[in-house]
Amino acid sequence: MTSPTDLTAGSPMITVTDLTKTFRTGKRVVAALDAVSLTVPAGSCLAVVGESGSGKTTLARIIVGLEKADSGTVAVAGRVVAARADRRELRRRARTIQMVFQDPQSSLNRRLPVHTAVDEVLRVHTDLGRAARRQRCEELFALVGLPARFLRALPEELSGGQRQRVAIARALAADPAVIVLDESVAALDVTVQGQILALLDDLRTAKGLTYLFITHDLSVVQLIADQIVVMRRGRIVERGATADVLGRPQHPYTQLLLACAPRPGWKPQRGVIRALRDEIAT
Amino acid sequence: MKRFVKRMGPLGMVAVGIVLVVVLGAVLAPVIAPYDPTVGSVTQRYLGPSAEHLLGTDQAGRDIFSRLLWGARSSLVGPLIVVVVTAVFGTVLALTSVWFGGLVDSFISRILDLLFAFPNLLLAMLAIVVFGSGLSTAALALAVAYIPYTARVIRSTALRERNLPYIRSPQLQGIAGPVITVRHLLPNVAPLIITGATINFGFAMIELAALSFLGLGVQPPQADWGLMVSNGQQSLQKGYPAESLLAGLCIVITVAALGYVGEKLGGRAAAGRKA
Amino acid sequence: MLDIRSLSLSIAGDHGALEILRNVSLTVGRGEAVGLVGESGSGKSMTLRSILRTEPRNATVTGSVTLEGVDLLTLAGEPLRMLRAHEVSMIAQNPHAVLNPVLPIGRYLAEGMHDAQGLSLKAARLRAGELLEQVGIDEVDRVLAAYPHQLSGGMLQRVVIAGAIAGKPKLMLADEPTTALDVTTQAEVMAILDDCRRELGMALLFVTHDLDLAAAVCDRINVMKDGEIVETGVPDQLRDHPAHPYTRELMESRPAGILWSPDATPAPTIAKGHDDFSY
Repeated sequence: MTSPTDLTAGSPMITVTDLTKTFRTGKRVVAALDAVSLTVPAGSCLAVVGESGSGKTTLARIIVGLEKADSGTVAVAGRVVAARADRRELRRRARTIQMVFQDPQSSLNRRLPVHTAVDEVLRVHTDLGRAARRQRCEELFALVGLPARFLRALPEELSGGQRQRVAIARALAADPAVIVLDESVAALDVTVQGQILALLDDLRTAKGLTYLFITHDLSVVQLIADQIVVMRRGRIVERGATADVLGRPQHPYTQLLLACAPRPGWKPQRGVIRALRDEIAT
Repeated sequence: MKRFVKRMGPLGMVAVGIVLVVVLGAVLAPVIAPYDPTVGSVTQRYLGPSAEHLLGTDQAGRDIFSRLLWGARSSLVGPLIVVVVTAVFGTVLALTSVWFGGLVDSFISRILDLLFAFPNLLLAMLAIVVFGSGLSTAALALAVAYIPYTARVIRSTALRERNLPYIRSPQLQGIAGPVITVRHLLPNVAPLIITGATINFGFAMIELAALSFLGLGVQPPQADWGLMVSNGQQSLQKGYPAESLLAGLCIVITVAALGYVGEKLGGRAAAGRKA
Repeated sequence: MLDIRSLSLSIAGDHGALEILRNVSLTVGRGEAVGLVGESGSGKSMTLRSILRTEPRNATVTGSVTLEGVDLLTLAGEPLRMLRAHEVSMIAQNPHAVLNPVLPIGRYLAEGMHDAQGLSLKAARLRAGELLEQVGIDEVDRVLAAYPHQLSGGMLQRVVIAGAIAGKPKLMLADEPTTALDVTTQAEVMAILDDCRRELGMALLFVTHDLDLAAAVCDRINVMKDGEIVETGVPDQLRDHPAHPYTRELMESRPAGILWSPDATPAPTIAKGHDDFSY
């Protein structure tokens, strides 16, 4: 288990170098990732933004260990992680890096009370006895803003936002240094999104966590990310501080994303969209 | 309990009642049955219903009521064996197939396809020819024939569930496959297994009765509903339909009741979780 | 033109009646675009379904839904079918649920027009091509011959719009038509929807959870919560002076940062090729 104080804030927590992955379906070959490199400083939040097919989800899955890259390396907390993710490697990696998934409905076992999700993680990564685990569950629930009475509840008794809080508690259970969030608020109502993002931000500051936030939603980026990386068709087209990229985008694709993002006063303009698309194509 | 009653509905509770009566009858047969089912007196044959013989006697003078009670035992035990064996092996095969995927999945699926190709009764008869007749042989052979049906249904649901985050998440923690399968996957296919079992029970009962009818399952003079239907054929022709008719009625009513219960139990599970 | 008054809908459940809609009242004028904005469970989809009379069978509905003087809640059978064919059309979130997967697009559109407007199949085929052009599809012939699974989500939604405007309906109902699309595709489809609407002088009732999206194409917006309409107004007014606390909550959950916009400043210089920033 890597504690966040092992690394000074600002030094690289995640380093991805030349990551490449192609998928083969029948005759078609799709380049999901094409020599992608990026760095996430410790204690910061990096948003990976893109549309479908951009490779952002594949990137997250490889970093976490759900997929294997064809080539390239991933280093977390200074240690290069093995490409071959067998059980032992996964367990080791899980002590440093955890994931919160998109769909609150399917990320919890609907037949079991929600505390089991957290308890299971505690059982794998700690030596705590049953009573100690129970107490830790209560603490974690309190940390994510869930009253203790929800411990025994079934997922169907909780709202989407509450289920995501359980998912966050589960991610925190192993005391990781990094959390990868894969569209973790996309399935929630707008008003609930704000609450969950605020919770995540507080937790990050309080525990010195590092976030890798996969999203397609620019308002999410604005609310939580320090830095942003824009992906298109397996490549990074632009990166920088959030305010810079969103305020003064350099690449036509980023400009296209911004031209298409609904906001007060926004109107969809076919001409502008066409022009930017043509520019990207050249 | 209250939820159960509600889900069953009035007709469902009647069906549950019928099943309970049958099971009780079978279990308490040694206590309730007035006569020994295998012993009869030639002087007492073809008696009509009376105070001494509630449902009359058959062509060997045996009390039909007692035979029905005792017959319930083999008529229930047989399908029970079928259902349990099918559920266990079908589930194990399906979940193994789903967890490992790839070659393992292909291999198991091809074996299941092979089993699918055999008509159930034919397979059972083949087994009996090889291993000899009797209830257990027939039941096990039938179970083997039923396995692919159960396995296929469980496999398709399990496949869908396997890629969901609540399975991925423990996988990421480095928890072992079999543990995840039992702790997470199994409870989510359990309703399907139960529904399948109830339905299979009905089918098995009919097919085992058919085998007994053909002389390949339970052997006389043991009491068994299927056997009674068969034995009673001659009596039917002579104008004494009681044995065949009553035994046949028992089979039909029990299977229908079980089927209805199975459908009611499975309705929720088949439709999926609550929104 | 469309006048909904005190529409209430409840469904009998295990624990008593569930109120889905409570006294909903709204109007859509001829050629007007009206938005219905709310989160999940607000009842916005059910409102649309009540107009088309596709509400659940065990629902109890009270109130009135009047289209050009005719109360839709009293219609059934043939008059209802005529209504669905000629006066009102709907586009929904998932195009795959609407398009028959075994029919090529051309046949789907042609048959629809043949059934609803009585066009000959040949005339319908020609018209289908015209409609596809109208929704901004360039390779008309390719799309006419294609099956739904061969086309992207954005393309399919355009086809659905084409099918919906085929009968030149007076009112179009749109239920989160772009929620499942990428943001760039969403912008294009919204632009097309807006253009088509204006060209046809069609009224639009646009349901979404995104207030800014609704503001982009609607003249007026109704904000909905828990089965009730809590506020109605022009987009600017809702944004700058929200009266109801819920509207204010919706406003506040949006970030306050500055996003680049194409007509703000001249486009900055474009960096070509791979960048190699690092920090």
